[in-house]
Amino acid sequence: MAAVQDGQLNLEVEKDIKTEITNDGSGNINANSSSPGSTSSGGKSKSPAGSGEDQQTLLAVLQFLKRNKLTESVDILRREAGLSADADDSPVSESAGAGSGGVPSVGADGGDANSLLSRVSIATPVAPPDCGLDSHGGLATPIYFHSSNNCACTVVAASGGEDQPDVNVVLSAYSQQGDPVLYPLYYNGLKKFIESVLDCHRAELSQVFYPLFVHMYLELVYNNHENEAKQFFEKFSGDQECYYEEDLRILSSMSKKEHMKGNETMLDFRTSKFVLRISRDSYQLLKRHLQERQNNQIWNIIQEHLYIDIFDGMPRSKSQIDAMSGSLAGEGKRDANKAKVFYGLLKEPEIEVPLDDEDEEAENEEGKPKKKKPKKDSMGSKSKKQDPNAPQQTRIPLPELKDSDKLDKIMNMKEATKKIRLGPDNLPSICFYSFLNAYQGLTAVDFTDDSSLIAGGFADSTVRVWSVTPKKLRRVKSAADLSNIDKESDDVLERIMDEKTASESKILYGHSGPVYGISFSPDRNYLLSSSEDGTVRLWSLQTFTCLVGYKGHNYPVWDTQFSPYGYYFISGGHDRVARLWATDHYQPLRMFAGHLADITCTLFHPNSNYVATGSADRTIRLWDVLTGNCVRILTGHKGPIHSLAFSPNGKFMASGATDGRVLLWDAFDDVELDDFTAATGHIHLPENSQELLLGTYMTKSTPVIHLHFTRRNLLLAAGAYNP
Amino acid sequence: MAEERRPKQCTVVLPTESMKAMAESIGVGQLQEESCAALSEEVSYRIKEIAQDALKFMHHGKRCKLTTSDIDHALKLKNVEPLYGFQSQEFIPFRFASGGGRELHFYEEKEVDLSDIINTPLPRVPLDVSLKAHWLSIEGVQPAIPENPPPAPKEQQKTESTEPLKAVKPGQEEEGSIQKGQGATSAEAKGKKDGLMRMKPRSTHELSVEQQLYYKEITEACVGSCEAKRAEALQSIATDPGLYQMLPRFSTFISEGVRVNVVQNNLALLIYLMRMVKALMDNPTLYLEKYLHELIPAVVTCIVSKQLCLRPDVDNHWALRDFAARLMAQSCKTFSTTTNNIQSRITKTFTKVYNKCWLDDKTQWTTRYGCIAGLSELGPDVIKTLILPRLTVEGARIKAVSDGPVVSNIDKIGADHVQSLLLKHCASVIAKARPLPDNVEQYRADYGYLGPMLCSHVVKARAQAALQAQQVNRTTLTITQPRPTLTVPSSLTLMSTRPGTPTQLSPPATKYIVMATSSGSSSTQQVLWMASICKISRTLKLSSSAVANSAVDMMKLALMRTATGKGDPELPLLQRISSLELPASEIAAQINA
Repeated sequence: MAAVQDGQLNLEVEKDIKTEITNDGSGNINANSSSPGSTSSGGKSKSPAGSGEDQQTLLAVLQFLKRNKLTESVDILRREAGLSADADDSPVSESAGAGSGGVPSVGADGGDANSLLSRVSIATPVAPPDCGLDSHGGLATPIYFHSSNNCACTVVAASGGEDQPDVNVVLSAYSQQGDPVLYPLYYNGLKKFIESVLDCHRAELSQVFYPLFVHMYLELVYNNHENEAKQFFEKFSGDQECYYEEDLRILSSMSKKEHMKGNETMLDFRTSKFVLRISRDSYQLLKRHLQERQNNQIWNIIQEHLYIDIFDGMPRSKSQIDAMSGSLAGEGKRDANKAKVFYGLLKEPEIEVPLDDEDEEAENEEGKPKKKKPKKDSMGSKSKKQDPNAPQQTRIPLPELKDSDKLDKIMNMKEATKKIRLGPDNLPSICFYSFLNAYQGLTAVDFTDDSSLIAGGFADSTVRVWSVTPKKLRRVKSAADLSNIDKESDDVLERIMDEKTASESKILYGHSGPVYGISFSPDRNYLLSSSEDGTVRLWSLQTFTCLVGYKGHNYPVWDTQFSPYGYYFISGGHDRVARLWATDHYQPLRMFAGHLADITCTLFHPNSNYVATGSADRTIRLWDVLTGNCVRILTGHKGPIHSLAFSPNGKFMASGATDGRVLLWDAFDDVELDDFTAATGHIHLPENSQELLLGTYMTKSTPVIHLHFTRRNLLLAAGAYNP
Repeated sequence: MAEERRPKQCTVVLPTESMKAMAESIGVGQLQEESCAALSEEVSYRIKEIAQDALKFMHHGKRCKLTTSDIDHALKLKNVEPLYGFQSQEFIPFRFASGGGRELHFYEEKEVDLSDIINTPLPRVPLDVSLKAHWLSIEGVQPAIPENPPPAPKEQQKTESTEPLKAVKPGQEEEGSIQKGQGATSAEAKGKKDGLMRMKPRSTHELSVEQQLYYKEITEACVGSCEAKRAEALQSIATDPGLYQMLPRFSTFISEGVRVNVVQNNLALLIYLMRMVKALMDNPTLYLEKYLHELIPAVVTCIVSKQLCLRPDVDNHWALRDFAARLMAQSCKTFSTTTNNIQSRITKTFTKVYNKCWLDDKTQWTTRYGCIAGLSELGPDVIKTLILPRLTVEGARIKAVSDGPVVSNIDKIGADHVQSLLLKHCASVIAKARPLPDNVEQYRADYGYLGPMLCSHVVKARAQAALQAQQVNRTTLTITQPRPTLTVPSSLTLMSTRPGTPTQLSPPATKYIVMATSSGSSSTQQVLWMASICKISRTLKLSSSAVANSAVDMMKLALMRTATGKGDPELPLLQRISSLELPASEIAAQINA
C-alpha cells in the first residue's frame, strides 16, 4: 500500500509543479521541468547534499546573469526561487555543479530549465543579446514574449558559447558507482520479470526496456567501463524495438566518456526525461518487484531519467503502445496535450462580389438583382456563422486586406464554384511539372495558391521562378524610369512593368548554400527561401531582388513557410528551434524551443494561430503563436518527419515520415477526455490500407518533391527528372 | 538482420597502423602505440559523427547518394573548415593487390598533364534547367505517353508470361472474384477455398477500340505502299511504351504474313515484315521472349528459303537474306539464355541445312547463301569453326559454276553472291587469326580456289584495321584526361612489383602507391586504413568513396595540426582534438622528441 500512496503523491506534486509552470506560460520549459525525481518528491534517490547543490547551481546562474547585466531576468529568477538578494553575492564558481560527482539530479526547475536552455544555447550560440521584451513589446505588432519566455531567451543569449559547465552537470548525474558486472544481471532480472508478468501488463512494462537500456549503457560508458558497456550493448541491443535502430547506432559509436560531451543524442537523453505511459496497476507491479529485489540501480534510473505518466484504467495493448511510441523521448505527456486548440477557421471577410461576371452580364436587367441576393446570402450565412472552435478574430493581429487581396479572394471564390468534387469514383487529374537538366540539384519546390508560378530551390544556391501561365514575369522599371510615368493613368500598374525584362523564368541569386525550403506569400508578391547558409531570405517578385535576409538560425534552415494570411512566417532548422518572424522585423517574434532534434518541416495552421513543426526526433509539435506554448506533442512516427499538411478545414493533419507511413491526426479536439487514445490518437491506417489507396501513378524516373491542389482540384506535382 | 549487424557497429575502428601511416605521411615518426590506439578510436568516432550529419544533408537534398558536398556541409556544422576541391565521382576504383603476405586496397591517383587539360576542347556547356509539364493522370487514368512509364513494365510482362499464377493483375483479380461470386460452381469455389486446385486465371487479350484502330493503322502502314507512312509506323512500333497488349497480334501478323508471302514470292512484303520484327526488337519496353517461337521461324524462313521472289535473277533478295540474318544474330544476342539456348539451336539449324547442301550439289545457291549468311552473322567463332573448314569445297563448287559449262544464269549469280559473301566474312576472321605474312600460294593451298582472292581481301582488311587503330588512338589521346576513373586499368603491373623494387614507381604519387613492403610500410597501412573506412561507411550505408575521400584528408589535417602543437588555438580542429582529452600535448611532445 505504501507504494500506492507514494505514486499518488508523486502525481500530485507533479501536477502542482506543472500547473504553476503552465500558468507561467512557458510551455517549452514545461515539457522538461518537472519529474517524479525532482527535489520534492523523489525521496529515495535524493542525496543529503542535493538541495545545497541546487541552490549553488541557481546561484551560479544568477551570478552569470548579473555579470551580463540582465537584471530583469535576475529579478524574475530570484523571485521565483525565493532567494534573498544577498545570497548570490557569495562567491560561487561557475562550475559549481560540475566537479562534484555523486549528485544524482540537479532537481529544481531552475536547474533543469537551465540545463535545457543550455541545450538550446549549444545550438544557438550567437543569438542577439537583446531579443527580449523591449525589442518587441513596443513595436507595432502587439505580440509580446511572456515574461518567462523572455527570460528563456535572454539566458539563451547570455550563456551562448559557454556550455561546458552545464554539460558537466548533466553528465555528472551518471557518476553513480555501481558494480558494472551486475548491470547485465539487473537488466536480465528485470527482463525475466517482465516476461513473466501477465500478458496485459507485459506490453506496457516492456516500454521500460529501451530507456533503461540506454541509460544503463550511458552510465557504464560514463564510468569508464568500456568493455562492460560494449558487452552490455551487444547482449541486449537486439532486444530493442526495431524502430530504435537508428538511435542505437549512434549510441554504439559512443564508447568513451569523452564522446559523451557534445553528443547531441546523449544530451537529449539526459536532459529530457523519457516519457512512458503506464497504467497504475502495471506501475505498481514494477515498483513492487524492484523494491522486493532491492534493485536500486534500476529504480534509481527510473526515478531520475524516466518520467512515468501514470493513468488509471485498463493497461494498454501492444498495438496501442506501438501506435504511440517511437519518438526520441517517449510519448508526449498527457498534460502537454491538454491545452485547448482553436482549430476552426477564421471568419472570412465579407466581400461584395462584383457583377462583372460574364454569365451574369449575359443575363437581363431583371434577373440581376434576384441573382445577386441569394448569392450574397449564401455567402453571408456561411461567414456569419462563427465556428465554435475558431479562435477570436483578433487573437493574433493579422494584416489588413488590400484591394488586390480582395480581388484575389473574389477570383478564388469564382474558381471555387468550378471546383470538381473528388471522390473514389472521381479521381483528380494530375499535371506533372518535370524539372529537366536539374542534375539532381532540385531541393525544394513551391506553387502559388493560384498555380500561376512555380519556384524551385536548388543545391547550387539559386532560386528560380517560373511562370506557368502565358503571362510572363516582368520586373518593375528602374526608379528613374518610374518617375516618368503618369501616375494618374488607369493602367499605371501595367506601365510600371518593364517589358524588356519579360521572360518565362527568373533566377534569384543571394544564398550561399543549397536552398532547402521555399514558400510563396499568399499575395504572390514575395517569396521566402531558407538555406544551408543559415539565413531565410525574402525576395520581391516585383523587382526580383532580395529584400531581407533574416539571420537568426546559425545552422542550416531546413524549412520555411508563410502564414496563410501573409506577413508572418515560420522557419525551422538544424538548431532545433523554430522561429516565428514577421516580414517587417529582422528579429524573430517567437522562438519555439522544445524539439530534441532538427526541425525538418514547418507548417502554419489554416487559421494562422498555430504552427506545426515536424522533427527528426520523430515528434510533431503544435505551437500557439499567441503564447509561444507548445500545445500538442504528437508521437507515433518511427522515423524523421519530412512533410506535414493540414486539411483545409483545419481539423485534421497528415504527416509523412521516413518510416514510410502517413499518419492522419485528429488531435486537436476532444482532449478533455482522459482516454489517451482519443486524446492524441492518430487515425491509424490498418494493415489493409491498400483499400484506401485510390491510385498509384508512376513517374518515369522522377522523384516527386512537391504536390499541390489547385483551386479547381487539379493536382499539380513537381520533381526533377533524373535520367 | 539488424541484430546481426549491430555487434559489428561498435567494433568498427580504424586500425592503429593507419594512424602511424598517417603520421608518417606528414613526417611524424614514432607515434606510440597507445597514442595510436587513442587516436584511432577518436577518429573513428568523429568520422561516424560526421557521416551521420552528412546523411542529413543528403536527405534534405532529396538525394539517395551521398556527395562530398554533404560532407563539406557536415564539417561546417561542426565548425571545421570544409575540405574544398574534392569532386564526387561516380566511381572511385579501389585497386586490390596482394603479395608478400599482404593484401592491399589502394586508390590510384593518376598524374594529370596540365597541357593535356589545356589542349582538350572545352566540354559542352550543360543545358539550363527547364520546366516541362505533362499529364501524369487524367481523371485517375494514366495516359500512355512517352513521358509516362510504360503501362506494364518489362518485369511485369515477364512474370506474367513465366508465372501466370503469381502475377495476377488487380483487374484480373477482381474479375476472378466476380466470377466466383456470380457463376462459379460450388466445387470450383471449394477448390479455390481449399487452395488445392488453383485455376490458372484466364488472361484476356481484348483490345480497346483505340488499340484496335491503332493496330489496324500500323499494320496497314507497315505493309502499305507509302514509304513515309511506313517509316512513321515502324518508328512508333520501336518507341511506343504501351504496345505489349498488342504484341501477340503483331507476332501472329508477322508469322502469318511470312508464311503467305513466301509462297507467293512477294519479296517487298517480306522485307516490310522483317522491318517490323526489327522495330519490335528495338522497342525497349517489350518482353519479346514470349513470342520468339513465332518470330524466329519467320525470320529463318526469310534467310534460307529457296525462293523469295518472282524473278530470282533480277530481284535483290540477297539483301533481305542479309538483313534477316542480322536480325537473327541480334535476337540470339539479346534473348539467348542457358535455358532456351537459342544461339546454339539456331547454329545447329543452319549447320544442318548447310550440311545438307554441302553434301548435295543440287541444293539451291540461295539456300546455301542463306545458311552462310546466317552462320557468319553469329560471330567470328562460328565462322572459324564452321565455315573456314569448308572453304575449299565451297570454292571448288563456285569454280565449277563459273568456269564450267554454261549453266543457268541464276546459278551463276548465286555463286557470285556466295563467293563475295564468303570473302567478306572470312577475310576479317582470317586477318585476325592467321599470322603474317600473307602468301598467295599458301592461301591457295589452304583454301583452294578462293585462296588468292581471300589473300588480297585479308591484306586489305589488315590495312584497314591498322588505319582504324590509328584513328582510335588519336581520338582517345584527346579525351582520356578529364575522366580518368572510367577505365579500370589492369593491376597486373602492380602485382608483379616485387619487394625491393620501389624505384619503378613514380615518386610524386607516394600517397597512394604501394611501396616496397620492406622500406615504406606507411602507404600500406594507409591503404588498410582506407579499407576500414570503407567498412565503416558501409555500415552507415554510405557511398564509401565520398567518405574516404574526405576522411583521408581530414585525418591528415587533424594529425598535422596535432603535430604542430598547441601553439595555434584558433584552429577549430585542434581544439576538437584537445577537447577530446586526448593527451595532445603528449603526442606533440613525443613527436618533437
